[in-house]
Amino acid sequence: MTSKSAKPHLTREHLHELLRKMLLIRHFEEKCAELYSAQKIHGFLHLYIGEEAVAVGCVEALEPDDAVVATYREHGQALARGISSGAVMAEMYGKQEGCSRGRGGSMHIFDADTRFYGGNAIVGGGLPLAVGLALADKMQGLDRVTACFFGDGAVAEGEFHESLNLAALWDLPVLFICENNLYAMGTALTLTESETDIHLKAASYGMPARQVDGMDVVEVEAVAREAVSEIREGKGPYFLECRTYRFRAHSMFDAQLYRDKAEVEEWQEKGPVVRFTKWLQDSGNIHESDLTEIEASVAAEIDSAVAFAEAGTWEPVEDLTRDVYAPGGTS
Amino acid sequence: MTASPEPTTVSTYRDAIREAIRDAMTRDPRVFLMGEDVGHYGGCFAVSKGLLDEFGPDRVRDTPLSESGFVGAGIGAAMGGMRPIVEVMTVNFSLLALDQIVNNAATLRHMSGGQFGVPVVIRMATGGGKQVGAQHSHSLEGWYAHIPGIKVLAPATLEDARGMLWTALEDPDPVLIFEHVLLYNMEGDLAPDAGAVDIAKAAIRRHGRDISLITYGGMLSKTMAAAATLKEQGIDAEVIDLRTLRPLDSETIIESVARTHRVVIVDEGWRSGSLAAEISARIMEQAFYDLDAPVARVCSKEVPMPYAPHLEQATLPQSDDIVAAAQILVGGHE
Repeated sequence: MTSKSAKPHLTREHLHELLRKMLLIRHFEEKCAELYSAQKIHGFLHLYIGEEAVAVGCVEALEPDDAVVATYREHGQALARGISSGAVMAEMYGKQEGCSRGRGGSMHIFDADTRFYGGNAIVGGGLPLAVGLALADKMQGLDRVTACFFGDGAVAEGEFHESLNLAALWDLPVLFICENNLYAMGTALTLTESETDIHLKAASYGMPARQVDGMDVVEVEAVAREAVSEIREGKGPYFLECRTYRFRAHSMFDAQLYRDKAEVEEWQEKGPVVRFTKWLQDSGNIHESDLTEIEASVAAEIDSAVAFAEAGTWEPVEDLTRDVYAPGGTS
Repeated sequence: MTASPEPTTVSTYRDAIREAIRDAMTRDPRVFLMGEDVGHYGGCFAVSKGLLDEFGPDRVRDTPLSESGFVGAGIGAAMGGMRPIVEVMTVNFSLLALDQIVNNAATLRHMSGGQFGVPVVIRMATGGGKQVGAQHSHSLEGWYAHIPGIKVLAPATLEDARGMLWTALEDPDPVLIFEHVLLYNMEGDLAPDAGAVDIAKAAIRRHGRDISLITYGGMLSKTMAAAATLKEQGIDAEVIDLRTLRPLDSETIIESVARTHRVVIVDEGWRSGSLAAEISARIMEQAFYDLDAPVARVCSKEVPMPYAPHLEQATLPQSDDIVAAAQILVGGHE
């Protein structure tokens, strides 16, 4: 892979790839919801639908050696990062062919090959890990960036403030990405934060912090590239607040009593997929045949992921205590 | 010239730990020390005094008062290829980092299907006896020993203070080391070539035939004193120092019980839901028919640690309590 530049190359191929990734996440998750109803997927399932531009745009700015730390709503980051959709789907099924051998499920996707460090289901819990990964890189003289995704809910946690302070204090190469979808589960940001412009909090720690339209994949990518480029110059951490919106319920158990349908519809109209598609069409960057081809390729990939998960096998119960400790360790 | 016997140097527990840290940092460039006041202050118990000058601020890293943040950073750095020694001032403060220790360090290997290990070492002070009240004096290592995915060590001797750290750093999984506050000033002889020790086995610190006294950490000296008193009364006590609280060395415990048939467990933690309870249960499960008397426990009284000296001493297990418990079990022994 070639080195990423500070600016995106808006070639047709690249634009089509951005669309394809967002559509893959969108349709993959629609399939997940369906499979949840069909009781193929259990436990918690948090859908990212509506927020695809954030993961796709930010991950575009990363090199293969960089690390990603994400949250329990991380299917989008995982797919954008290039973890095989089959392995992610098999994980949701709980099969041992899943990317975490079925030990993690939807909320705990891990992948060593792409340096994907989870899938953390404690709000704010991933931020200190990201700081530590970046500290290790800095101490070892490695030119790597750690991208840390979290929601607006995490901003209320002490770990958010502790981590931002540490990263800024020690000039660590962390890209903090706040996916501000305006609700911490079912409680509006305005009900929980005295300062709802989250990037201002980050700026108070002495790091560059910007607010981005998280529904615009091109803008997210452009800003993320600038941020990563500055981080690589050794300027320390960078903070992006991506304003976005979750179209679906928080999880599969959420009646959404806390927000109006009109509000959801309003955001859906400026959704990342519909808006980007329209822009591509209006600007002559995509033809109907291209769209059909992309949709077909995404559908085929998802079919193949489901088939992979279906064909997957259950880890033998005898292996239950494997990997509690390293091989040779005792419990 | 005649060869002199192997010389020993007088050391304290504190110096032994410092030497262990210095040795580890010299041997492995991936090792660094991080925590509150470890650098410029020299460590709140003076363990790391002088290390900042020797290794510099990168590797002896003062942190803000952000237990969750810097313990989590230690976990992340361990995953990123370093071998951090994270110092938390006391076990009570470690509760602020419980999320990182229990939800991350302990889970990541299993939850990731074996893809990511967390080779971090987290050291902290534990225990009472210094009149520092209910937020600095508790013995919560038994709580941590409840958690699969981490290992828990309690060095009670100079050799273990000197030798457990390197073994812990070489371990691919998270290891917590509990240093009892009353041990830091403990003085004794330490061989100049003292080095790494195993962390797999309990140690029999005193062999005996009549009763097994099982303990660890700060309670070892009181238990040894109790064994000496019992000896004067004709009771020959065996003293087991658990050394490692998780995984427990059941084998040494059960083998001892099979010989002595009587057990007192001495644990500075509170009795309810304690490590002593776990050991007692294992003995019931694995050596019930070897017992000539019920298993007895000497634990701290179930109160938050009081400040006043007489109340604090009344809270903590004492040598006399251990002697009394042993006498009851041995009963008819003459």
